[in-house]
Amino acid sequence: MSAVFISGIVIFVLAAFVGLEVISKVPPTLHTPLMSGANAISGITIVGALAASGLGEGTAATILGFLAVTTATINVVGGFLVTDRMLEMFKKKPVKRDG
Amino acid sequence: MVEILYLAAAVLFILGLKMLGSPRTARRGNTLAASGMLLAIVVTMVDAEILSWGAIIAGLIVGAAIGAVLALRVKMTSMPELVAAFNGFGGAASTLVALAELERTDAAFSGEIGSVVAASLAIGTVTFSGSFVAFGKLQGLIPGRPMGLPGQQAINAVLAAGVVVFGVWGVVAGVVAPYWLIVVVALALGVMGVLPIGGADMPVVISLLNSLSGVAAATAGFIIGNSALIIGGALVGAAGMILTVQMGEAMNRTLANVLFSGFGGAATAGEMSGKPVNSGTADDVAIALGYAESVIVVPGYGLAVAQAQHATRELGMALEERGITVDYSIHPVAGRMPGHMNVLLAEADVPYEQLLDLDQSNPRFGQTDVVLIVGANDVVNPSARDDDQSPIFGMPILEVDHARTVVVIKRSLSPGFAGIDNPLFYFDKTMMFFSDGKAAMEDILKSLKSL
Repeated sequence: MSAVFISGIVIFVLAAFVGLEVISKVPPTLHTPLMSGANAISGITIVGALAASGLGEGTAATILGFLAVTTATINVVGGFLVTDRMLEMFKKKPVKRDG
Repeated sequence: MVEILYLAAAVLFILGLKMLGSPRTARRGNTLAASGMLLAIVVTMVDAEILSWGAIIAGLIVGAAIGAVLALRVKMTSMPELVAAFNGFGGAASTLVALAELERTDAAFSGEIGSVVAASLAIGTVTFSGSFVAFGKLQGLIPGRPMGLPGQQAINAVLAAGVVVFGVWGVVAGVVAPYWLIVVVALALGVMGVLPIGGADMPVVISLLNSLSGVAAATAGFIIGNSALIIGGALVGAAGMILTVQMGEAMNRTLANVLFSGFGGAATAGEMSGKPVNSGTADDVAIALGYAESVIVVPGYGLAVAQAQHATRELGMALEERGITVDYSIHPVAGRMPGHMNVLLAEADVPYEQLLDLDQSNPRFGQTDVVLIVGANDVVNPSARDDDQSPIFGMPILEVDHARTVVVIKRSLSPGFAGIDNPLFYFDKTMMFFSDGKAAMEDILKSLKSL
């Protein structure tokens, strides 16, 4: 195996353990925003999509690149926005008791 | 330098995810993760020697418009559908990146890259088709009950083997065609994998697909040799896996059991016992609630279906005005995705402090006057604790039967998703109020005001 590939595997394994450590303490009430926020982060594929579609080599690669940029952008923009929308509702509100 | 900036983006993801773990910091955490994403995008655009901007700009505009409209217009009750769809788009993006690389290089990869291209195609495509079947089930476009064929598991095993065979063929022969065949077979595998899984198991399935979308992103990172993708993907893979395990534990089921057993939906209506129940009216429920000192509301998927979260909150506030303590107990798998009920109640302005999880709830039912169950069934079924013959035996439940009085709002006596009878409905202390969740809340509130 090439050194680049091995260091990729090392990064993957370590990052997975960081993820397990960081996320295992999230309270159940935040599970949905955690999931949609994580989903937005998985839109990091957009970096690959940008690289692939900008190389301008042939029609097929360009069309595939365009579709990749589109789907990844849906993921990124939609994911972060909807997470923000949910978390806005979770913010501490003054308890309304007019009695 | 570029590598350092990608690392900075990855660090922002990690910090963002960490801050998502506490209600106080969650919103800033999300913003932090988003700024990490922006950084990664800008760095790529500057660095990647992009020759043709047309496709990129078009893709960014179309994608941002679709994403924003979906995110800003979705109803909170439909959040599981939206997250399922976003998982699907994430899987599709990874598949498309791998395909673009395939077409660009005409499959002239090293063995390593060929293998990760094959993995990216397989995982990304299964995530894509599986997520959209889950979406269809949640939307009601496809029946929510398990839909299996005879020999389903054999079919899936053949499809999975097909993915491996085509992958090996592609890598060894260095030709394009087998890679496309992986996509075809993986599309079928995702569909066939999720169709046999029932609606109530969706919290597990969505968590798993979420995890897979992360792994797919990581494989795309291997293809283009970018550590930000590998780290981001691994983080999401881990987050999804934690939730998958937690949801499985909350149902006392293994992942294999959820995926392969076709659990639930067995229409065993014939087994419904003809035992009598105490059936009450809105006035009866209002009296029970209005003269209680403490009330715990237990919401379930039926609350989301009936869009009853706001009406429930109004009733809760009216009870609080009478000096009654009101809390809300939420089972981990109530609803169709992890945390589904919490989001609905937050939307209806229920303060975070009043949302209790399973461990906080169970010790309190013994000192609670009235438990009000809205659209929950299997998660409060005492058979899971008492009857070792029950299919759901061993699943942790909300032990609502320890409360003095239990009020169940339900449209009919039909069994829950697991297709089993719920002895709770026949207890002496239980009062059944047969009605739609939202209408019930409004009627009870009306009666309460005239007490």
